[in-house]
Amino acid sequence: MLGPVAIYYLIKTAAEEITKKPVIDTKIQWIVFVVIFIPIAIGLMIFGYYALKGEYDRLPESSAEVED
Amino acid sequence: MKPTSIRSVILASSVGTLIEWYDFYIFGSLATVIANQFFPKTNPTAALLSTLATFAAGFIVRPFGALVFGRLGDLIGRKYTFLLTLIIMGGSTFAIGLIPSYEKIGVFAPIIVLLLRLLQGLALGGEYGGAATYVAEHAPADRRGYFTSWIQTTATLGLFLSLGIILITRHSLDADRATSIAEFNDWGWRIPFLLSIILVAVSIYIRLKMKESPLFAKLKTEGKTSVNPLKESFAHKGNLKMVLLALFGATMGQGVVWYTGQFYAQSFIENVCKIDFEQSRTILIWAILFGTPFFVVFGKWSDKVGRKWIMMAGMLLAIITYRPLFNKLFSIADTNNKREFIARKEINTKLVPIPNTANSIRTVTSTRHFDEGVKLIEVKTDTLYAAPEKATLKPDIKTSKILNDENYRWMIIIVFVMILYVTMVYGPIAAFLVELFPTKIRYTSMSLPYHIGNGVFGGLTPFIATLLTTIYTADKLVGLYYPMIVAGVCLLIGVLYVSNKIDPNVNN
Repeated sequence: MLGPVAIYYLIKTAAEEITKKPVIDTKIQWIVFVVIFIPIAIGLMIFGYYALKGEYDRLPESSAEVED
Repeated sequence: MKPTSIRSVILASSVGTLIEWYDFYIFGSLATVIANQFFPKTNPTAALLSTLATFAAGFIVRPFGALVFGRLGDLIGRKYTFLLTLIIMGGSTFAIGLIPSYEKIGVFAPIIVLLLRLLQGLALGGEYGGAATYVAEHAPADRRGYFTSWIQTTATLGLFLSLGIILITRHSLDADRATSIAEFNDWGWRIPFLLSIILVAVSIYIRLKMKESPLFAKLKTEGKTSVNPLKESFAHKGNLKMVLLALFGATMGQGVVWYTGQFYAQSFIENVCKIDFEQSRTILIWAILFGTPFFVVFGKWSDKVGRKWIMMAGMLLAIITYRPLFNKLFSIADTNNKREFIARKEINTKLVPIPNTANSIRTVTSTRHFDEGVKLIEVKTDTLYAAPEKATLKPDIKTSKILNDENYRWMIIIVFVMILYVTMVYGPIAAFLVELFPTKIRYTSMSLPYHIGNGVFGGLTPFIATLLTTIYTADKLVGLYYPMIVAGVCLLIGVLYVSNKIDPNVNN
């Protein structure tokens, strides 16, 4: 849940800040934030999906299990 | 392995990593000076923001460096990969010290600076994973936390070294202090960058004498190295799961605690508390000096009690105490809650004629004394025109505060406490990451979560925290919500899903 919420607030805040102060610095700064944090938020969603499926209930004890 | 051999492995790895951190941090520490040299001076805020953006770019490319060099390290070996990162880092740092200013070559200056900064970030992204993996693959299972903790001291010591060399250079260029500082801002700032080449040469010499990691060498002999480390690290669900856990359950929180305790603390002391340039830096230098041994203490302790709970305790303490600690820093320096000794106010005016004109530069320095030994110095500089019809432009005003010994010591203690949290979260993390991943893709797999956690979440802490204070101006401490929320989410995930078990066998 945190992933989509983070993406929503990130884009909303970026749009508000760029509208408030439409100079190049503000644009670059917020574009960097959006481009960098969206893939991370997607990673958080994948993590949440795995956690809900119980994938982390038992962690691997050897490399062979990790490579499965 | 013999004790002397492991000591030389740790030394060779640590010295190189320390120098890479030094190279990386001198740029950040000299952000304002670099802004004046390489970015248009018409708008100082824009110039500073440009440098900060460059600074952030340095951090953002770190994850890409982790992918590029992590892959190389898993394909050709640890030794040659982290030798390559050292050469790239040293070369870029040296080159920054040689770039002509914006006044001389125009827009090429900031472009070259940006490109070299990106190269620095790329090299740093490859360095840490190699050094940590290299040491861990030499260490016995029951001392892995202790041995890798020496690598963990290097980031903080690199910052210490960069601050120390900057301060020494700043005062060594002329017998007169003000002239020395002026010369440093003009050309002397290049010395710390140029000096890097000597440090790097020494480190390359040491590293060339090292052998390949025994575990990697064995895999290579047996023909079991990875063919495609990136695919095996991130496209195989079993490993991707562990990469995500490492990021969201450990490195993300560790990164923000690291950068809040060192960089944001220093930035807060200088820019919000308005403490004098030197005091703000020496406060950090002392706190680092007292705090650094605890990386080794917590690394060693993690060999006995496990890595997880030490790191989680560090995050929890940070979340609970950041606001009171920063509030105390602010109140120590806040002159609004202190009585002023008005009779002791001093005002000095200095007029320096501008050559070949009848105008002068006027500098008015006022010194006000407050309770608890706080001294507020305000320097107003403007142009005094001979022709009365010409208006004087808005004066440039610089404010700084100087603390007495007692308050200065208090600030050192508070920053030391924050660095203690850094040592808790950071001391055991190399051993923790090494134990999560198999040898053949270890370099790639551990480097990416480390550099997203530290480079993106951590590296942007001072920037995002400062941004929050400009959006929500009523609360001076609002910037702390960013590290507190990130560390809080990480703590929750770490407590629920990270294992405290120490892997006895990293040979596979």
